[in-house]
Amino acid sequence: MRAKTDPLPTAVLQSTRKPVRTVPPRAWIVVLGTAAAALVAAFLLVGLEGNLAYVLPRRLNRVGAMILVAVAVAVSTVLFQTVTGNRILTPSIMGLDALYVLIQTVLVFALGARTVLTMPTTARFSIEVVLMVAFSWLLYRWLFAGGGRSLHLLLLAGIVFGVFFRGASSLLQRLMDPSEYIILQDLFFASFNRVDPTLLYVSALVVAGLCVPAWRLRHRLDVLALGRDTAVGLGVDHRRTVTLVLVICSVLVAVSTALVGPATFFGLLVSALAYQLCSRFRHAVVLPIAVLLGVIALVGGQLVLEQVFAFDTALSIVIEFTGGIVFLVLLLKGRVR
Amino acid sequence: MITLENATKRYGTTTVVDGVSATIPGGGVTSIIGPNGAGKSTLLSMMSRLLPLDAGTVHVDGLDVSTTPGRVLARTLGILRQENQLTVRLTVRDLVGFGRFPHNGGRPTVLDREHIERALDYLDLSGLADRFVDELSGGQRQRAFIAMVLAQDTDVILLDEPLNNLDMKHSVEMMQLLRRLVDELGKTVVLVIHDINFASCYSDTLMAMRDGAVIHQGPPEEIMTPAVLRDVYDVDIQVELIRGHRIGVYFA
Repeated sequence: MRAKTDPLPTAVLQSTRKPVRTVPPRAWIVVLGTAAAALVAAFLLVGLEGNLAYVLPRRLNRVGAMILVAVAVAVSTVLFQTVTGNRILTPSIMGLDALYVLIQTVLVFALGARTVLTMPTTARFSIEVVLMVAFSWLLYRWLFAGGGRSLHLLLLAGIVFGVFFRGASSLLQRLMDPSEYIILQDLFFASFNRVDPTLLYVSALVVAGLCVPAWRLRHRLDVLALGRDTAVGLGVDHRRTVTLVLVICSVLVAVSTALVGPATFFGLLVSALAYQLCSRFRHAVVLPIAVLLGVIALVGGQLVLEQVFAFDTALSIVIEFTGGIVFLVLLLKGRVR
Repeated sequence: MITLENATKRYGTTTVVDGVSATIPGGGVTSIIGPNGAGKSTLLSMMSRLLPLDAGTVHVDGLDVSTTPGRVLARTLGILRQENQLTVRLTVRDLVGFGRFPHNGGRPTVLDREHIERALDYLDLSGLADRFVDELSGGQRQRAFIAMVLAQDTDVILLDEPLNNLDMKHSVEMMQLLRRLVDELGKTVVLVIHDINFASCYSDTLMAMRDGAVIHQGPPEEIMTPAVLRDVYDVDIQVELIRGHRIGVYFA
């Protein structure tokens, strides 16, 4: 290796430097992977009794749904934050959650809660995914067709559409029979207890299929995170990459939302923690760490929900409460920038 | 060498760069000067393919910037923008390493590491290589970004107002560095600059713009005259010969 040309300044600089605690990212992946595996095992095995042939497949189904949602939400949030260059945004800003609520509301309003709940889950799932993907596609097409239109305008349009969807939903909910509304309300929270196994397999295929291009983009995403101008200067086709990433994000969110309900709430937490744990920024480590944190948050949260609170509260409350505390601790320790 | 043919940029009905045809010679410092709103930065952005052209073509070393694939062009053309804010936390060495992306697609080789160390060394950043970019001062950060462009190993480097936010010492160092890039490494450097005296002292060619057009181009001896400067800036500027450099005096 090349010898250092100016040993003195280097020594001086290093002596005044704050000691940086660095745990190699690979070690974090091992630690978090073990924790995630332990939680999954605990979820499958704690209080396991009765007819195993009945209970175990059901638990496997639920844990499968959680892992799938963790992957979809973690990957889409990290990717979305990279292309928007903003660490506090999540894909929910594009209004897909609100669209999901509107679809449920319209279905219940038009067909009645009984019909909606008894209609084939595959039909409902397909309607939801198709509508959500079609909405994102129209939004991107409309905004990118003009050429000069910016990503910020796209986000703004997403917010406006979200407000519109929420407004329309709440109007319909007010006109609705109160007893129907109570049934409808149940659909607004993520739940892993009503996942259809067939849909789970289909969704798993789609999510896995999207994770391949996302992973292959990892180096380009690292460059993209330096900002548009620098990325273009380094030869990244900015528009093409951003469009591709946005499409991946919206399909991931659409599939995960249609499967279990709105669940993007923990994306922000998971990505913020993942960035904290990575001493050096690389998608090749941020992505797996975010996914593992997502699995830990969901499976751990569900475990607490079932074992401690006996299903008496919502999963989002458990995760956001714990996550908020973790985040505050990090903030007070000065590790959040 | 950069060849502009009828390069045009419009925003709505306003034409910001109006059919510019010019040739920027290879291997030298070319400074684009002119008053605010003359279209200097827009022209540079078009050469850097950051802004699409509405008409005309730009060729950099024979490559059409509008049609050449990004990765290919990025091995010939490096750019440095005014604002270099990072949202991600990177060490200086990691940042400089990104300069190798057009060559390695994100998988560094031994050769890439040599390029990175050489670039760090050239900008005197070896002692800062493991520091985080956001912990550096403005001048150091700008040097880190230049090291990245240097590691990119391109023949042509375009810089948009590199002296912005730099004090006198750092401005002088920056211009000396750009001179060294040309004299020692044979690069072609094109920059947008407001200070005509820095431009005069360090450039081989001055390109004067006004109202979206290049109205004068030539060596400092030709451009740094009261008549030409009046034409460009609408200001009476005395030009004094100080230690062999033409210095415009316009402060009082």
